[in-house]
Amino acid sequence: MSGVTPPALEVTNLRTHFFTKAGVVKAVDDVSFRVAPGEIMGLVGESGSGKTVTGFSILGLVDPPGRIVEGSIRVQGDEIVGLPASEIQAIRGRRVAMIFQDPMMTLNPVLRVDTQMTEAIHAHESVSRKAATARALEALNKVGIPAAEERLRAHPHQLSGGMRQRVAIAIALLNRPAVIIADEPTTALDVTIQGQILAEIRSLAAEFGTAIVWVTHDLSVVAGLADHISVMYAGRIVERGSVDDVLDRPVHPYTRGLLDSVPQIGQTRGRLQQFPGMTPSLLNLPKGCPVQPRCNRATELCRLTPELTEHSPNHYARCHHPLGQPAQMAEPSELET
Amino acid sequence: MSLVDEDTPTAAPQPPIRKEQTGFAKFAADYAESPTAVIALISCVLILLAAIFAPYVTPQDPYDLANLDLMDSRLEPGEVGMTGMVHWLGTDGQGRDLFSAIIYGLRISLGVGVVAGVVALTVGTIVGLTAAFFGGRVDTIIMRLVEFQLSFPAILIALIMLAVLGQGVDKIIIALVAVQWAYFARTVRSAALVERRREYIDAARCLGLSRSRIMFGHLMPNCIAPLIVVATVQVANAIALEATLSFLGLGMPVTQPSLGLLIANGFEYVLSGRYWISTYPGIALLITIVSINLVGDRIRDVLNPRLDT
Repeated sequence: MSGVTPPALEVTNLRTHFFTKAGVVKAVDDVSFRVAPGEIMGLVGESGSGKTVTGFSILGLVDPPGRIVEGSIRVQGDEIVGLPASEIQAIRGRRVAMIFQDPMMTLNPVLRVDTQMTEAIHAHESVSRKAATARALEALNKVGIPAAEERLRAHPHQLSGGMRQRVAIAIALLNRPAVIIADEPTTALDVTIQGQILAEIRSLAAEFGTAIVWVTHDLSVVAGLADHISVMYAGRIVERGSVDDVLDRPVHPYTRGLLDSVPQIGQTRGRLQQFPGMTPSLLNLPKGCPVQPRCNRATELCRLTPELTEHSPNHYARCHHPLGQPAQMAEPSELET
Repeated sequence: MSLVDEDTPTAAPQPPIRKEQTGFAKFAADYAESPTAVIALISCVLILLAAIFAPYVTPQDPYDLANLDLMDSRLEPGEVGMTGMVHWLGTDGQGRDLFSAIIYGLRISLGVGVVAGVVALTVGTIVGLTAAFFGGRVDTIIMRLVEFQLSFPAILIALIMLAVLGQGVDKIIIALVAVQWAYFARTVRSAALVERRREYIDAARCLGLSRSRIMFGHLMPNCIAPLIVVATVQVANAIALEATLSFLGLGMPVTQPSLGLLIANGFEYVLSGRYWISTYPGIALLITIVSINLVGDRIRDVLNPRLDT
């Protein structure tokens, strides 16, 4: 954020498209955000909104038929879009790491924990096996794994789910990356363990100055964790701002809808509000604003694609009829066109 | 899920990690549930031991022509030869003690079968992994090649190769590998295609590991289980195919008779009532192949009930 040090991660106008036989799927369409060192950004959206593909794009892991067609991804100021595969491989795991959703699946079932950890170090540095093991041990201690030395010699199936996710986090931290992409890492865990892991991630991010992109569909997780929130819908960011701005003063009707569908403690009567409809197929998006078929504020104007505009300092939304101002206010402009 | 469930970092006494109880002991117990399979395994071990220690368990060296006496030829089972040796299974047309010849023949048959099986396994694994890992065009080309190969009868391919290459142990192994690699490639590919889409492969890529490291260090160990089964069955197939080729006179040289050649040598005497020269090597071959197949089938049942070969 400051002028001197570049943000840990800066994504500008990123477009990742999949060229399938049925047509071009614009999984990520003009996405921009930046995360400063030590900051946590929540990337929120429904299934299929493109949040995971955004994460994979940052790691250079988009497989054919998908590819990054446009845009820039800078890690600590260094552009990584367009780099040759070998250079991206050197960045992966060292400067950008990823934590996956299901800890049952992310550790190789046949390899011991220490093998998987030292391997991650040896992929980027030539250190002795002893030194690598010592670092692995240190990382396990950092993420709060008891009896770490014993765990090192264990196979993944000997560990519980929460333990495995801690190991996965420890592996991500091994090379002190500048950026960690966390793809719903607590969804598969029960709530008490979720709470512990969230607290640990936050303190680790602060301690190491690691920027974290927290991909999730769970607003309650993000509310307690993130500094900023980007809400994605159909491959685009529809609203972006600080946690307080987005959650307390949402501007975009879609964000409002998401918030209304979270049950509140103390709300005893009445049905839970539901944002109607389904995520549209990315192959067959409505013309203009993609939210419009599900939006009760939609007008003729929404046939035109809205731009991301700043509604208050650092609080952006992509909507013709933002909340906080009467829906009719925007209409004169439509009459003019 | 697991017994280890303390997730509180402050937990003071650490319960020990659950010891591995699902490993070999469980496998052995499951295996032993079938008495047939146990008998087959014992038979396999005995055959293997006899083959390895052939010089010590046989009364005669059938390859040493100086030992053979033509006066002893075509003795009936149980007859006593010129040297006073009892030929329990009789002798063949050259005066070889059949029991000794069978044990030595087993040695060659097993050796050829195992070596061909291991080489085919290696080649097939690498090819199959490559196909599954890279996918797309690489996969298409390799798999069309595999299908092309599998569409020909194995015996035809082996015959053509031997006709081109000539005789000899090495040649026959090459021919057997050429026939068998495709089975391994197909099996590995199908296993690897499933494993490749698992998240731990993506996770390994995220660590910045090299492709070969992911392929051989992460993907391959997870595809081994179905391979063990195919490998046992294919060793049996290799032995049968080698015997067939030798029987047709394209396999082993006459001075080093394998089981197939022994059967072929005795074939001409069968109609004249000297049944034993062909029959006993045939029974030995039968027992060997059936035992190996039974063991392989049982391993498959225990390891993976879903697998189809």
